[in-house]
Amino acid sequence: MAQQPKSNRKDVVIEVRDVVAGFGSHVVLNHVDLDVYRGEVLGFVGGSGAGKSVLMRTIIGLIHKRQGTIKVFGTDMGAATDAERRAVERRWGILFQQGALFSSLTVKENLEFPVREYLNLSQRLLDELAVAKLEMVGLDASVCDKFPSELSGGMTKRVALARALALDPEIVFLDEPTSGLDPIGAGDFDTLIATLQRTLGLTVFMVTHDLDSLHTVCDRIAVLADGKVIAAGPMETMLASEHPWLKAYFHGKRARLAEPSRK
Amino acid sequence: MSDTLLDEKAEGEQLKLAAGGAWVAKNAAMLETQIDHAARQNAGAKRVDIDMAGIQRLDTFGAWLLERLVRSFTARGCQTNVTGLAEDYRALMDEVHNVKLDAMPHRRANSLAYAMESIGITMVSVGTSIASIVNLFGAVVVALLRVMAHPRSFRFTSMVHQLDNVAWRAVPIILLITFLIGCIIAQQGLFHFRKFGADVYVVDMVGILVLRELGVLIVAIMVAGRSGSAYTAELGSMKMREEIDALRTMGFDPIEVLILPRIAALIIGVPILTFLGSMAALYGGGLVCWLYGGIDPDIFLSRLKEAIALNTFQVGMIKAPFMALIVGVVACVEGLAVKGSAESLGLQTTASVVESIFLVIVLDGLFAIFFASIGM
Repeated sequence: MAQQPKSNRKDVVIEVRDVVAGFGSHVVLNHVDLDVYRGEVLGFVGGSGAGKSVLMRTIIGLIHKRQGTIKVFGTDMGAATDAERRAVERRWGILFQQGALFSSLTVKENLEFPVREYLNLSQRLLDELAVAKLEMVGLDASVCDKFPSELSGGMTKRVALARALALDPEIVFLDEPTSGLDPIGAGDFDTLIATLQRTLGLTVFMVTHDLDSLHTVCDRIAVLADGKVIAAGPMETMLASEHPWLKAYFHGKRARLAEPSRK
Repeated sequence: MSDTLLDEKAEGEQLKLAAGGAWVAKNAAMLETQIDHAARQNAGAKRVDIDMAGIQRLDTFGAWLLERLVRSFTARGCQTNVTGLAEDYRALMDEVHNVKLDAMPHRRANSLAYAMESIGITMVSVGTSIASIVNLFGAVVVALLRVMAHPRSFRFTSMVHQLDNVAWRAVPIILLITFLIGCIIAQQGLFHFRKFGADVYVVDMVGILVLRELGVLIVAIMVAGRSGSAYTAELGSMKMREEIDALRTMGFDPIEVLILPRIAALIIGVPILTFLGSMAALYGGGLVCWLYGGIDPDIFLSRLKEAIALNTFQVGMIKAPFMALIVGVVACVEGLAVKGSAESLGLQTTASVVESIFLVIVLDGLFAIFFASIGM
C-alpha cells in the first residue's frame, strides 16, 4: 500500500482501519484502511460497484460495518455515545448524489433547516445566512422560494452543497458532485469546490469518476479496487503507478483527453 | 466563558470596537444581539474602527455578522475601518462582502388578500380537476375505441394482474366487512322492530337495503380506499420518475398501456365484489336473525323470497360498474397530477380517495332518483 511518507506530520481527521462491510454474503469492503488529512481534497475513485459510496456511507454511519474502526476527529464512531456522535455529525456536511433536498420545503427552508435545529438564531439572521450561502455556491436570492422540483440539475447540486455547508462544517463528503452536469457546469463546480475549500478551510472527501475533477481540485487520490484501497497519493503517483487497473484508469482513452486541460 | 465578543469604547464621534472570542456558529445568537446593540447605541458615531485582532476563530456566521455591522454603519454614512483581520479570513470576508440581499423575495404581509387568493386558487383547482376528470374520461373512451378496432393491442396480461390485485386479493376483507355490516343492520332492526312486534320485517329491510344500496356502496368505498389510492400512488411515482414520459417517447399511449387495463380491471372486479359482498351481508343478517332474533333460516329464506324481486338485485349490480369507472378515472387523474415532491404524492393520494368516495355517493343519489322515476 502506498503510504504517505509525511503522514505522521499531518493531522488525521478521518481514520479508517481494517473495515469490513457488505450486504448479505457479498463483502464489498474487505479490510480497508484509509486516512484523510485536515485541509486536503481527497478524490476517491474506483470502478462502478467497487464500493466507493459504500465506504462513504459507512464512514457517515448509514451502513453498519462488520469489523474495524472508524475515527472521525479522533472519536471512535463505533464506540461513541449518541451525544458524541451528534457532536461529530454537526461538524460534517454531506452532498448526496441526487441532492437529497427535502422536496416539501423551499430552497431557503432547506438551507435554514439544519441551522434552525442546532442553533437558536433570529429569523432575520437565518434568512441572511441562507442568502449568503446561496451566493457562495454561485446562486442568488431569487431561488429562495423555489421548490427542489423546480430546479435544474446543476442548481440542485449547488443548493445541496449550500445545505451541506449550512453549519460551517469542517469536513464535507461529496458523492459524485459533478455527475449529471455538463462539462462547463462540472468545471464551474470544481472551481467552486476549490474556492470554498480555500475560503472555509474545508476537508473534502470526494467520491468521483470525473478525471477533470481529479486533475484540477484533488490534492490526493485514493483508489478502491477488489475491496481494498490499492493506492493513495497525489496525481503524479497515480500516473507513475504500474498497477494495471490504475494504468487503465489514468492512461485510458478518456484520461488522455483530460490530461492536457491541466497544463 | 468570555461573554465580551465585542467591546465598545466611544471617544467623542469616534467609536472603537474590539472583537474577541470565537466568532462562530455556536456564539452566533449572542453575537447578533451584541452587534445590533452596538449599531443602535452608537447611531451618532462618525468614524468606526473595528479591531478584529483579538478573535480566535471566524466562520461564515461570524463573517456575515461582521459584514452586517459594517453595512449598518456605512449605510448611515459613517466611515468604517476593519483592522487586524488575519490573512486566512480575507477570502471569506470578500465572499460575504459580495452578498446582495435586495433580491430576496418578501412574503406578502396582507393576510386578507392571502386568504382571498387561496379561496380563489381552491375554486379554480376544483374547476380544473372536474375538467381533467372529463378529459381523461374522454381519452379513455378514445383508447377503448382504438383497442376495440385492434383487440390484440389490449394489455390483457396487465389487466389480469390488476384484477388479481383489486378483486381477488380484496375478497377476504370485503367479505369480512360486508358480513359485519349485515350483522349490525339485522341486530339494530331486530332491536327496534321488536317494540312493534314486527320482527319479521327485518328480513325485508336487510334484503332491500343490502341488495339495492349498501352492498355496492360499501364495496365502492372500500375499493376507493384500497385500490384507488394504490392506483394514484403507482401512477404518481411513475410520473415523478419520468416513466410515463419514457412510455410516451417510445410511441406508447400511457392511457392505453397503464390506465385502460386498470380501469377495465375495476369495472370487472367491482361487480364481482359487490355480488360477493351482498351475499356475505345477507348471510350475516340471516345469522343474526337466527341467533339473536329467533327467526329460523327457513323462515328467513322464504320471507326474503317474498321481500325482494330480481330487480332489487339488478339495481345494485347495475350501479357497480359505474362506481368502478368513477373510482378508476378519479384515481388515474389524481395520479397523473402528481408533481415532483413527496408531499404532492401524498396530497394527490388523499384527494383521490376523498373525491372518489364523494362522487360515488353523489352517483348513488342520482341512481336512486333515476330508478325511482322509472319505477324499478
